[in-house]
Amino acid sequence: MNIVEASGLGKRYGRTWALRECTLEIPAGRVTALVGPNGAGKTTLLNLAVGLTSPSAGAVTVLGGRRPGSQGALDGIAFVAQDTPLYKTLSVADMIYITRSLNRRFDQPYARARLDELGIPAKRRAGKLSGGQQAQLALTLALARRPQLLVLDEPVAALDPVARHDFMATVLASAAADGVSVLLSSHVLTELERVASYLVLMSRGQVRLAGAVDDLLAADGRASLEELALHYLRETTPEVTR
Amino acid sequence: MSALTMSARPGSEGDAGPRPIPWRRMAGVTWRQHRYALAGVAVLLGALAVWLWIIGTSLHQAYAAAVSCRPASSGACQGLVNAFDDMNNHMVSAASPGGVFLQVVPVLIGAFAGAPVLARELETGTFRYAWTQGFGRWRWALAKLVLLGVVLAAATGAVGVLVSWYYQPYFAAGNQSLGLSEIPPFATLFSLRGVAFPAWTLAAFVIGALAGMLIRRVVPAIVATLAVYAGLAVAAGGFLREHYLTPLVTTSPNVPGTAWVISQWWTRDGRFAFAPNPPLSLLNQFCSAPPTGKGGKPSFGTFAQCLAQHGYTQWTSYQPASRFWPFQWIEGGWLLALSALLIAATIWLVRRRAA
Repeated sequence: MNIVEASGLGKRYGRTWALRECTLEIPAGRVTALVGPNGAGKTTLLNLAVGLTSPSAGAVTVLGGRRPGSQGALDGIAFVAQDTPLYKTLSVADMIYITRSLNRRFDQPYARARLDELGIPAKRRAGKLSGGQQAQLALTLALARRPQLLVLDEPVAALDPVARHDFMATVLASAAADGVSVLLSSHVLTELERVASYLVLMSRGQVRLAGAVDDLLAADGRASLEELALHYLRETTPEVTR
Repeated sequence: MSALTMSARPGSEGDAGPRPIPWRRMAGVTWRQHRYALAGVAVLLGALAVWLWIIGTSLHQAYAAAVSCRPASSGACQGLVNAFDDMNNHMVSAASPGGVFLQVVPVLIGAFAGAPVLARELETGTFRYAWTQGFGRWRWALAKLVLLGVVLAAATGAVGVLVSWYYQPYFAAGNQSLGLSEIPPFATLFSLRGVAFPAWTLAAFVIGALAGMLIRRVVPAIVATLAVYAGLAVAAGGFLREHYLTPLVTTSPNVPGTAWVISQWWTRDGRFAFAPNPPLSLLNQFCSAPPTGKGGKPSFGTFAQCLAQHGYTQWTSYQPASRFWPFQWIEGGWLLALSALLIAATIWLVRRRAA
């Protein structure tokens, strides 16, 4: 099953195309890294996949053929947006209540246990938590939905190194233990090395390269994902696609 | 390579498409998110109700004392009648202090409870959270708007009943014979009684929600709500309301004192002469020695008599007091229809808005 499948997908804001001619198949059961500089179209692609926005051209399906934003897709995909938006005036307990109410599945014991583990008090307002704790809360709420696919938009960009490490550790643990497919975007390459098993490289609204990390490295002969990504991102000529 | 081949997770639904999550779940969500706004509305309406209760009780007591006083012609009874008439100052007209305050209540509620509902989500980015939950974005928005709208309408409806109760003594039969003041129902705060109060509050709330969806920022959305509401209220009170039903027309000089006079004009020999007041030249011609009324000024009644003797007929179009409640329902009806339309527009925007 492909967790995301796009063909000829494009999104235009006014006159500029944020995403163009995107044809892509992201397999399930992977941690997929969506890499590219700011403005590469990563967020646009993720917004299309979670149904927050609709395509200007082409088509995208998720979870093996479902329309983004359809009931099945909403039930199966948990999304943590950039800067992890939470209701800042509500308590952690309220955030749990709201997320549980708005979803078919919600693993409350898991959410409580994880927040206890992280030392996040249920009575504290979300806005009073540290940046790392807010990110962890948003991630916990997303994982407690027991999604098939977890989508994270620049999840660690605003976090300090320790919080970054803890956050990614949680993501990886879930991917390994529960088989959650993960799709995350980042412009921080070093984070992805030990995380991603599938790579989608984007720049200027187009997919430049996509494939399993091992395959890409074997075919290219470069030693690390970082080198590989840098190589392709420096290539600015449009011929270098996939 | 060593990729795991994942089958669909257990518990995932078939392709037939799962049923949506029950609407009732939104009750608790809406309460948790908007309890501070609702508490603010409760405080405002509660204070208003207490104030109405206090001034209303004293008004009703004064009325009861004046009506039950025997013999009615005694000086003591006249004193009680005067005491009741002198109370006639709190909120009899839209321009009295109480009236001015009351008239902004619906738009205060609408702007401060309605505008943030969507604008805050869009301003702070939390819509990316809310709209990707299993409940679905347009159902989420519809549930919120309907729930909050119903709660606000119910609360203001209760206060509207209290406002009507306050005015009761002024509309009682037989006031005139006792010398008690009587006010035309239409001259009271029409938009704050009975049906109109909840309807205007609902409209203000929905205008706020739509403005928030369009503008996407809380403070500008509040300002826009105030402006749009003011325009709508002025249009309704100044132009629309008098046309809800075709006015009655009479040539009798004795239009009921409780009626709402829409316009007056004069005819002579079946042709329009002038409106609404006679030109000075005409008065000088026919009524050159006008009798004077209070303060040395000619009174209108004597002019009317004089002009009638010269073949002029005065016409009056008016809305009788008996149309007060039909008008309330007409206004409530179109405001409800407008609110439903604006909710539909808001939901349409929620569905199609790109992130």
